[in-house]
Amino acid sequence: MSKKTLIPIGPYHPLQEEPELFKLYCDGEIVKDIKWETGYNHRGIEKLSESKTYEQIFFLVERICGICSSSHPFAFANAVEEIADIELTNRAKYIRSIIGELERIHSHLLWVGLAGHFLGYNTVFMWAWKYREPVLDLFEMISGNRNSYAMFKVGGVRRDIENSKISVIRQVLGDVKRKTDLLTGAVMDDPVIHARTKGVGILTRQDIIDYAAVGPTARASGLAIDVRKDDPYAAYPLVNWKVITAQAGDVFAKAEVRLLEMYESISIIEQCLEGLKKEKEGDIAVKIKEIPEGIGNGRAEAPRGEVFHFVQSDGSNSPVRHKIRAPSYVNIATFKKSCIGQTIADATISLAAVDPCYCCTERMAAAYDSNSGDKIMNANELINASVKRTNEIKKTINSQL
Amino acid sequence: MDTESIIEKFKEEFNSDILEIVTKNQKRVIITIMPDSIINVAGYLYKTAGFRFIIASALHTKRGFEIHYHFSKDAVGLILNIHVILDKNNPQIESLSNMFNASNWIEREMHELFGINFLNHPNQEKLISEGNWAEGVYPLRKEFK
Repeated sequence: MSKKTLIPIGPYHPLQEEPELFKLYCDGEIVKDIKWETGYNHRGIEKLSESKTYEQIFFLVERICGICSSSHPFAFANAVEEIADIELTNRAKYIRSIIGELERIHSHLLWVGLAGHFLGYNTVFMWAWKYREPVLDLFEMISGNRNSYAMFKVGGVRRDIENSKISVIRQVLGDVKRKTDLLTGAVMDDPVIHARTKGVGILTRQDIIDYAAVGPTARASGLAIDVRKDDPYAAYPLVNWKVITAQAGDVFAKAEVRLLEMYESISIIEQCLEGLKKEKEGDIAVKIKEIPEGIGNGRAEAPRGEVFHFVQSDGSNSPVRHKIRAPSYVNIATFKKSCIGQTIADATISLAAVDPCYCCTERMAAAYDSNSGDKIMNANELINASVKRTNEIKKTINSQL
Repeated sequence: MDTESIIEKFKEEFNSDILEIVTKNQKRVIITIMPDSIINVAGYLYKTAGFRFIIASALHTKRGFEIHYHFSKDAVGLILNIHVILDKNNPQIESLSNMFNASNWIEREMHELFGINFLNHPNQEKLISEGNWAEGVYPLRKEFK
């Protein structure tokens, strides 16, 4: 019987809403099976939410995820507004969509950077994160915070984007667009990146349907599902944009979808800014008396996919049940399909391709021999395995030139 | 196909299993069904009607344990909640995980946090607190403080 090696990745992901431990069972270089454990950082937010008022819950759900901190309040607001049957003012709709799309841009840039890092392209990592900074500065200008913006409340938003700020936002967006051109060109035309990501970690259309995966992960496999289009909310029905899809389902397709989505986001924000000019300043929220009894199914398209919030109200000032489903909850399970049969070097990027919060993983990843329990690879060695592979491909390609 | 015809078709298919239909609007419908028919209903929605399983939400109420299975028909933006009410003392229902993998984790989670039993689940282990939580204590039940 062949000897299998166990490689755990995890367990500690303090920045993510779903911390997990992946156990890769390997035969030589090939991943034979993958198992996962979750819940290392379970905070009981659903239970906690039952003891807070609707106003307070916005601050609670904002802290579920650090990177896409507006997507949970967005979905929660949609759910509560559905129960109370609230129609927002146009200005509030535009501001919500601007926040949502700015967040998509900085989240996708973050992913591109990390993916570059895992492939051994540290320049891509540094570029992408540098280009991300001005977007965070915009958030600071709009909300006072670079993250956890506290912009949402039932019936509207907390802060206005004054018309005087529109030109600054436009200018930054123009910069981001030029930098994205540069980045997209560098990633899409690089033969080494093609060799490392094409045909790697493929998820078929059927896999996506079976695991009910969402967001860029689903769209890269040819499923054009996007809550912003299918079940429009905020200002998305008021602007023109298209859903980006790819067919291959591999890591490259996922990168392609994310990079091209950033252009759509920029276009949405520009149209929203145009819309803001037509609306009266300060008209950002409607008055809410009480939340009646009822059930609300709220959803929003986060950078990683559909966020779903189920809220049941009994007419008091806090919900009796609040169920939260983050997109990674369904996306992470697809690892079983994308990683098995890959080499360890490719598993690193396949795991990163669905964009779980991955930045903490590398510190804790280590490989163990399943028979003796000896540690045989540590985190850096795992990444080095991936980098080494990139370098080999670079050499081959260079020698062919 | 619009929401009304989807619901009409559903009624024809499962007439005897439906307890109540609440249509909030064209995009939100709640259908309460007999718990025994969940496999047939979910199978019809997933395989025939082209619905996507979003997630399931369990509740602990005066009536006992309730589950809302949220299905999405993305082409029309419809969220269809399939609602079942389970027995207070012995909450159990057939697992959907043999049909699609998407419900595997959430059923394990509901089993762990509410103590609802999913029959024929391929692997009903704890999802969140493996090995470090007391047996028979269910944190999302109302009596848990």
